[in-house]
Amino acid sequence: MTIKSMRDALNEALHHEFERDPRVFLIGEDVGGFEKDGQPVEIGGVFGVSKGLYRKYGRKRVIDAPISEAAIIGAASGAALCGMRPIAEIMFADLTAVCFDQIVNQIAKFRYMFGGQCACPVVIRMTTGGGRNAGAQHSQTFYPIFTSFPGLKVVVPSNAYDAKGLLITAIRDEDPVIFFEPKVLYTEKCEVPDEAYAIPFGEAAMPREGEDVTLVAFGQSVNWAVQAADELRATRGIRCDVIDPRTPSPLDEETILESVAATGRLVVIDESPPRCGLTADVAALVADKGFRDLKAPIKTVTAPHTPVPQARELERAYLPNPRRIIAAVEEVLA
Amino acid sequence: MTHDGLLRAYRRLRLLREFEERTRVEFQTGQIAGFTHLYAGMEAIAVGVCEHLTDEDRIISTHRGHGHCLAKGCDPAAMMLELWGSTDGLCRGKGGTMHIADFSRGMLGANAVVGAGAPIAVGAALASAMTGGTWVAVSFVGDGGTNIGSVYEAMNLAVVLKLPKIFVIEDNGWGEMTPIADVAGNRDLAARAAAMGMPAVSVDGVDFFAVHAAAGEAIARARRGGGPSTIVASAPRFYGHHEGDPQLYRSREEVAELRRREDCLPRFIGRVTAEGILSADEIAAVDADIARIMDDAVAKAKAGPRPVPADVHEHVYARYR
Ligand SMILES: Cc1ncc(C[n+]2csc(CCOP(=O)(O)OP(=O)(O)O)c2C)c(N)n1
Ligand SMILES: [Mg+2]
Repeated sequence: MTIKSMRDALNEALHHEFERDPRVFLIGEDVGGFEKDGQPVEIGGVFGVSKGLYRKYGRKRVIDAPISEAAIIGAASGAALCGMRPIAEIMFADLTAVCFDQIVNQIAKFRYMFGGQCACPVVIRMTTGGGRNAGAQHSQTFYPIFTSFPGLKVVVPSNAYDAKGLLITAIRDEDPVIFFEPKVLYTEKCEVPDEAYAIPFGEAAMPREGEDVTLVAFGQSVNWAVQAADELRATRGIRCDVIDPRTPSPLDEETILESVAATGRLVVIDESPPRCGLTADVAALVADKGFRDLKAPIKTVTAPHTPVPQARELERAYLPNPRRIIAAVEEVLA
Repeated sequence: MTHDGLLRAYRRLRLLREFEERTRVEFQTGQIAGFTHLYAGMEAIAVGVCEHLTDEDRIISTHRGHGHCLAKGCDPAAMMLELWGSTDGLCRGKGGTMHIADFSRGMLGANAVVGAGAPIAVGAALASAMTGGTWVAVSFVGDGGTNIGSVYEAMNLAVVLKLPKIFVIEDNGWGEMTPIADVAGNRDLAARAAAMGMPAVSVDGVDFFAVHAAAGEAIARARRGGGPSTIVASAPRFYGHHEGDPQLYRSREEVAELRRREDCLPRFIGRVTAEGILSADEIAAVDADIARIMDDAVAKAKAGPRPVPADVHEHVYARYR
């Protein structure tokens, strides 16, 4: 057990699975490398997640694709239909907009539309979210959209430990998995075992426990929720359950409902815009199945209904933060 | 081609035609639900290509997919059951006319999104190359579909990775109600494909032998590791874009003329009988046999078991959670 960044944890997961299963391969832009004067020059991904793979496995299993997202996803899914275990990398979640058809009309539909004849075990990895001042076209989350599609599984880890175990599960899963990597968390570190381990889908983590308020948060928002919970406890003696579903699809409804049954108070946090998102989804779940447990109205903490702004001050104003979460907790306790 | 090979090809051509003629009749009785696109007129393309393929080779088809399915060996009764939405259909009634698939035959699905099959078939070809297979992947795309950008993404990737992939462009001159000449900046569709860096040829898609020869060359090249190719085959569409299309954009005479001059079946029969390879009796025997097969397929479809509402929930995931 050593302290590792999320980047290194994800990289280890890829190395474990490449080693374990020869059907696993990676296709994406700048994921591998090239040869110069007979010597390998490694790229290893623009965020360094695939480093070392090209050197070890070569072009055959680490495929640097043209900037052709539809072709990348199509190539991955077609190979998956023929027995391979492809991992496709899309550099930024925003860019799935140019291959949306291949994901939501093709991959998500094959098993169902063809009456259960086939599996399409493809993993599509992508960076997600704000916090790097990347502006409106490189900062969106997109995991709420994919969560709305039956046939896809959706993963968004909040820490290096979960990232590794969830990516391993994703690669071994028989169904298509959309795997979101919050880009600000690549350098965040925690204890991560050296060996391979799988974290099951649909089982929430609970980084903090408490009986007063339930906080449900996704991706990097989990860290803000934990900071808010720690501060509330230290300064006010308010104790929160912090629930990190880890996989928006399948969603661990039981853990959320059980927690709300105990606390009677719910705040849902995500950095996506407010409409048709995961905060609305969890609020609706509790309104539908846990309404009688509630002692106060549900509060959500989200981005505003605007594109993601670029300037530091603006993006800071845009993203949720512990202060806003604390204010929401105060409201549900009022 | 051998006598047996030609007899087999003729059987396929006739089966494709009769399947569509019957589908058309049954569609008019209201038995078949959904947007139904008939392949009649274009049979020599699917058969000319697929006669070179085995079950291990993979194809991906289009919204106009019945012909490709049959040419790849799908069972006509199981297809008709699928058109009827029966649980005995190839996709248990979940797919319907535009999504027929039979993975046991290497038929990875008809696809209702124009152009979408091309990138997916590149993935099938990639799997072949990665596992050292000798099988190839073929995508069928219409002339209208050549205006979809991802088709060229797919072509470029296939060239870059030198994959065993054949792009078959079916040029019937129309994309729904719009003539291709009005919407293609370069009407030479083979030139567009060649610009991506691969061999590309245009053939008369009414002539089974022309398609068969071009496909044979492209498929052999792909099998021996020579990379992808494109075949543009032109052939008419005898019926409307979909069943129910009133075809206000072309006259009855025009269609009748196409039927007279550009029908791949008489063209095939004329040649093989003139050359004395198949006899009129053999042709007639095939026709009678296919008629029986189609009667049987329709009877099975009509009597097929129906899905129940609970089936809605089946086959979304291998396992959810
Ligand atoms: C991406 C996409 N755009 C539009 C449609 C609607 N549509 C279905 S078939 C068709 C025409 C396709 O023409 P072509 O590729 O030439 O095939 P053909 O019908 O002539 O066989 C269109 C526009 C679609 N299914 N998919
Ligand atoms: Mg057309």
